[in-house]
Amino acid sequence: METEPTYSVIDIPIIGEGKPEPLQNRLRTFPWWFVALLITLALTFFLVLTTQNYREAFTFIAVGLGVTTSISLISYSFALVIGLIAGMGRISRNVLYRNVSTYYVEVVRGVPMLVLIFYIAFVFVPDIIGGVNQFGFFLEELSNGQIGSALAQIENQSFSTYWRAVIALSITYGAFLAEIFRAGIESIERGQMEAARSLGMSYRQAMRYVILPQAIRNVLPALGNDFIAMVKDSSLVSVLAVRDITQIARLFAGRSFRFREAYTILVVLYLTITIILSLSVRIFERRMSRESR
Amino acid sequence: MNPADPIIEVKDLYKYFGRVKALNGVNLTVDRGRVVVIIGPSGSGKSTLLRCINRLEVPTSGEIWVDGQLLTKNEKQLNEIRAEIGMVFQLFNLFPHLTVLENITLAQKVVRKRSTEEAQKIALSKLQRVGILEKAEVFPRQLSGGQQQRVAIARALAMDPKIMLFDEPTSALDPEMIKEVLDVMLDLAREGMTMVVVTHEMGFARAAADEIIFMDEGLIVEQTTPEALFSNPKHERTKLFLSQILHK
Ligand SMILES: Nc1ncnc2c1ncn2[C@@H]1O[C@H](COP(=O)(O)OP(=O)(O)O)[C@@H](O)[C@H]1O
Ligand SMILES: [Mg+2]
Repeated sequence: METEPTYSVIDIPIIGEGKPEPLQNRLRTFPWWFVALLITLALTFFLVLTTQNYREAFTFIAVGLGVTTSISLISYSFALVIGLIAGMGRISRNVLYRNVSTYYVEVVRGVPMLVLIFYIAFVFVPDIIGGVNQFGFFLEELSNGQIGSALAQIENQSFSTYWRAVIALSITYGAFLAEIFRAGIESIERGQMEAARSLGMSYRQAMRYVILPQAIRNVLPALGNDFIAMVKDSSLVSVLAVRDITQIARLFAGRSFRFREAYTILVVLYLTITIILSLSVRIFERRMSRESR
Repeated sequence: MNPADPIIEVKDLYKYFGRVKALNGVNLTVDRGRVVVIIGPSGSGKSTLLRCINRLEVPTSGEIWVDGQLLTKNEKQLNEIRAEIGMVFQLFNLFPHLTVLENITLAQKVVRKRSTEEAQKIALSKLQRVGILEKAEVFPRQLSGGQQQRVAIARALAMDPKIMLFDEPTSALDPEMIKEVLDVMLDLAREGMTMVVVTHEMGFARAAADEIIFMDEGLIVEQTTPEALFSNPKHERTKLFLSQILHK
């Protein structure tokens, strides 16, 4: 299956492929833009090393890299699980499972991500906590005192914005990944399921041992692309005052009025991350297509 | 062999796909150890009949009994019955992400709950039987069509099925590979496997079939021995069809 080009991935050129061409052609097709990009990055890092202002901005903002990385990785792991469950639901014969999954996916698709993040952080999470509290009271009345009162006492305020952001990103990207998994499962020929069932496997066994291994393999590049997209979209959680690189850059700029330094560093940090990740996806894709030849 | 020992009984089978009537009231009995060949023009319902027998298609109405059990919607029962019915498809349907050996051991392990060693031992013996023992460790895409189909047969046989269904097993093969697959099927027939085979290989029908069925428009038009059908077809439609395929 071809992975559709997405706007999140940098189309890293791979040089030195194919037949040797005349110098003139090579100069015309040479990816000058990529060289320019690398030079831009190098110049910025040079500024960081040589000028005080940039160095200060960099050391201040780079502290947020930990949050950006961990929030992306944790949210993406949850999103994978949610996406797999919802993706299978989208094509399930079970009416309830299918409709609940479709409802979820379509709602997420129809709302801007920023709005979803506000909604999940300030409405959905408090609702869940409220529900858990109620459940705790219920348990207390059933005289299951300790667990009950523990659950009943969870407070909305004690739930950090970091975890609200993780939940928001997981739910949002879960819906995107669901569509990737669904497409992956649907890309597997019907004969595979039939062969598995004809051998006596249950639907679940056929999914687990025959369909999903092939489907997931097919969508690995697409999953990689969406991880890159998520790293970029994680900047949105700065609206929850989560101290990722975007939020810290804003703080730095607001405090020092060095907007140019702050946002240049921010751009370069994101670019560096996306280039490295895009390159990894690209290399992985090539290795896969070589293997399956 | 007990002459009246039915292992498959199909009673008044109807199958509609929306408006399309694929099966129009089929009645069929297959006795244990018999080889039944089904022929008929494209779209006459041959595949649908086979696929109803192991419930890859759910009949619109009618009853199907396999080895004394009425097929129902019960998934657990269906899984058990399907494990007893091997099916070989036109396009092989091997699992491309698994090696040949893994293709043959997977269902043995998850359905028959055999240990890996036991499943591998059985797989290797089946591979030997279809004549490609040396290909155990390769992936399906590295095999020719004929070899892939023989692996598919080995995969079905490893479940120790009581019945084997073949849906045009050689029609996707290059001509030079047809024989290697038919030879395996002939061997199976001689060893007494109950087989229902959709094929237009008349040589195979002559050599192996106890009965031959001609289907048209979702109905069994004629059911007799191969000799009788080839030398003395009773229905006009049968004559027409035979003249078409024999003069190709
Ligand atoms: N999954 C399906 N959906 C709709 N129509 C089908 C389906 N499978 C088979 N049919 C129709 O049922 C009829 C019988 O098909 P089939 O059993 O495949 O015939 P044969 O195997 O003899 O060529 C054909 O008209 C075919 O178009
Ligand atoms: Mg057919």
